[in-house]
Amino acid sequence: MSETKYIPKSKLAQWFDSRLPLLTLSHHLTEYPTPKNLNYWWTFGGILTFCLITQIVTGLVLAMHYVAHVDYAFESIEHIMRDVNYGWLIRYVHANGASMFFLAVYIHIFRSLYYGSYKSPREVIWIIGLIIYILMMATAFMGYVLPWGQMSFWGATVITNLFSAIPLIGESITTWLWGGYSVDNPTLNRFYSLHYLLPFLTFGLVILHIWALHVPGNNNPTGIDIKKNSNETMPFHPYMVMKDLFALLLFVAVFLWFVFFAPNVLGHPDNYIEANPMVTPAHIVPEWYLLPFYAILRAIPSKLGGVIFMFSAIFILMLLPWLDTSKIRSAVFRPIYRKLFWVLVFTVILLGYLGAKPPDGIYLILSRLGTAYYFIHFLILLPLLGRYEKTDPLPMSISDPVLDKPGVLDKVKKAALKYEGENVGSFK
Amino acid sequence: MLVHLNNFFKKIIIIIVVSIFPFSVFSEEKKIDFIETNWSFEGIFGTFDRASLQRGYQVYNEVCSGCHSVKHLSYRNLSEEGGPEFSIEEAKAIAAEFEVEDGPNADGEMFMRSGKLSDNFVNPYPNVHASIASNGGAYPPDMSVLAKARAGGADYIYSLLLGYEETPENVELNDGVYFNKYMPGNKIKMSEPISDGIVEYSDGTKATKEQIAKDVTSFLVWAAEPHLESQHKMGFKVIIYLIILIILVFMSKQKVWSRFSSKTQEQEEETFDKVERIVTEYEGEDPKTFK
Repeated sequence: MSETKYIPKSKLAQWFDSRLPLLTLSHHLTEYPTPKNLNYWWTFGGILTFCLITQIVTGLVLAMHYVAHVDYAFESIEHIMRDVNYGWLIRYVHANGASMFFLAVYIHIFRSLYYGSYKSPREVIWIIGLIIYILMMATAFMGYVLPWGQMSFWGATVITNLFSAIPLIGESITTWLWGGYSVDNPTLNRFYSLHYLLPFLTFGLVILHIWALHVPGNNNPTGIDIKKNSNETMPFHPYMVMKDLFALLLFVAVFLWFVFFAPNVLGHPDNYIEANPMVTPAHIVPEWYLLPFYAILRAIPSKLGGVIFMFSAIFILMLLPWLDTSKIRSAVFRPIYRKLFWVLVFTVILLGYLGAKPPDGIYLILSRLGTAYYFIHFLILLPLLGRYEKTDPLPMSISDPVLDKPGVLDKVKKAALKYEGENVGSFK
Repeated sequence: MLVHLNNFFKKIIIIIVVSIFPFSVFSEEKKIDFIETNWSFEGIFGTFDRASLQRGYQVYNEVCSGCHSVKHLSYRNLSEEGGPEFSIEEAKAIAAEFEVEDGPNADGEMFMRSGKLSDNFVNPYPNVHASIASNGGAYPPDMSVLAKARAGGADYIYSLLLGYEETPENVELNDGVYFNKYMPGNKIKMSEPISDGIVEYSDGTKATKEQIAKDVTSFLVWAAEPHLESQHKMGFKVIIYLIILIILVFMSKQKVWSRFSSKTQEQEEETFDKVERIVTEYEGEDPKTFK
């Protein structure tokens, strides 16, 4: 959206660009004006793109060696781990990559919540982002089924069974999902097929997500609109590219530390036991990134109710741009929202912890309180807050903090001194 | 910029502390105190003790293999780098000790032949049902990934092997069920598998119960993760490489960004000039009216 019209230098390039404006696109991407006050929480968009590409590339290689059949799936994973050259590396990157992907996406989402990036005019970016998040969860869930371990099998059984709670058609939907009357070979096959498909849909949505971002441009920590092509922005390349690269490498270091030195801590040991429909594990737990929703599911006494609340917990976020009635974007200038934000973070982490616990006693009570608070936050507190919160004054522009620097003010004062000679005390 | 980075890290640390708190409570609750041992394969530089792995194979072969399979290991693995590293000849000799069913031959008959390096470890039972039937209804699990399939891993297996105790008075056990301190639920259908001197080590190591448990556990960890050593070696190199790269990229980033800061400075100077001009216009008037 750089306002200056781009014309390629050479004749050939002009000929090509007028037919397919790839050069204009790449010019736009390098010159794309970004607010100069973005902090490191803004680097996770790039990190997430890296995660998606890593998952696709490693997944592509794994698919060359994996066998989607109940009798061979577990064995083929061991074949990858033992006999395929660097197969262990590729599989561990893929398995831990999923966790890292979710770690990054949660930071990305909470950044958006804190700085109000979902608000007008960025609602479409937010909603596309949420669809990506939902696709990610579906993809990750189906990917976890593929090794055909105990947690794969029983996780798949629990999650697909949720659909049977739907009145009248529930049972048929579940049978249709399974391709039979229980989780079995047809289920594994279709999950494999979808696990391969969904990342490419995600990739398409990521392009739309970035496209939608480039129309209004980035939000920034102050949440106030910036003037494009002014000294408030800097071109994406090389400034943001270098900053994103630095942050990405730090992230990759953490990522690879897990891959090489603790590749199995984020997984469940039971998934190294081959699936056995006759033996139910003591506790069936999903992967860590799905635990908050699992806690909400189990907090509700009725099965259908639990399913409704669990899905609502995600879909309620789609309405967030309209539930949050405050005109002020950034939590920096919203003293009460800022506190509520951290309470929400704590609640979600608490729900995640409770999702890994058996649903009884104190854990169940806390799950219910947490679930209630989660919905109260979005449905009651946010709409009211927009009306009654007394917000801090906004700066005139993002440069304001810069002008506040003593250096600039001193210069102005010195200039005044130079010209006035005296009466400086009265000069403001 | 560094200030921004500082705030960023401060927030990250707060988040980590807040999020780890419930999980640390969680893990404390769940952890049974396993017997403490030093494993040579633990840590960033961890490697296997070859002699221990070789002894561990001997224990597996003489004690465990009667009931437990290790179907994902091949005899060739025994001579591969990062494992027990038997010589090829030794591994061949080990393989040849076993009878493997092969076929069908040209006449359509299955036949038995002696094992080769490429064969998988021979299964003690023809199928799972046979193994359950001969073990009082309990399935002796395949040991290929056992060390990764149990919470606690090596420590758990080691403790379990040494965790057999007299049945306490308040516990009643059926025939063929034993009391084990570390087994979840304390009831185990495997009788105490090892005792002092149950194997005789050819390298002169004293075959105490603890030594045997340690050797066979090491062997099982290697069986579950045969590339553990190359994993550690590569990981170390990768992290060092990344640290250097991160420093270089950070320095380049600072260099690139300094261009923008100097640009901002130019703009500040422009602003200053503008202010100067405005002030000049007001010159002569009462400074008190100047804003």
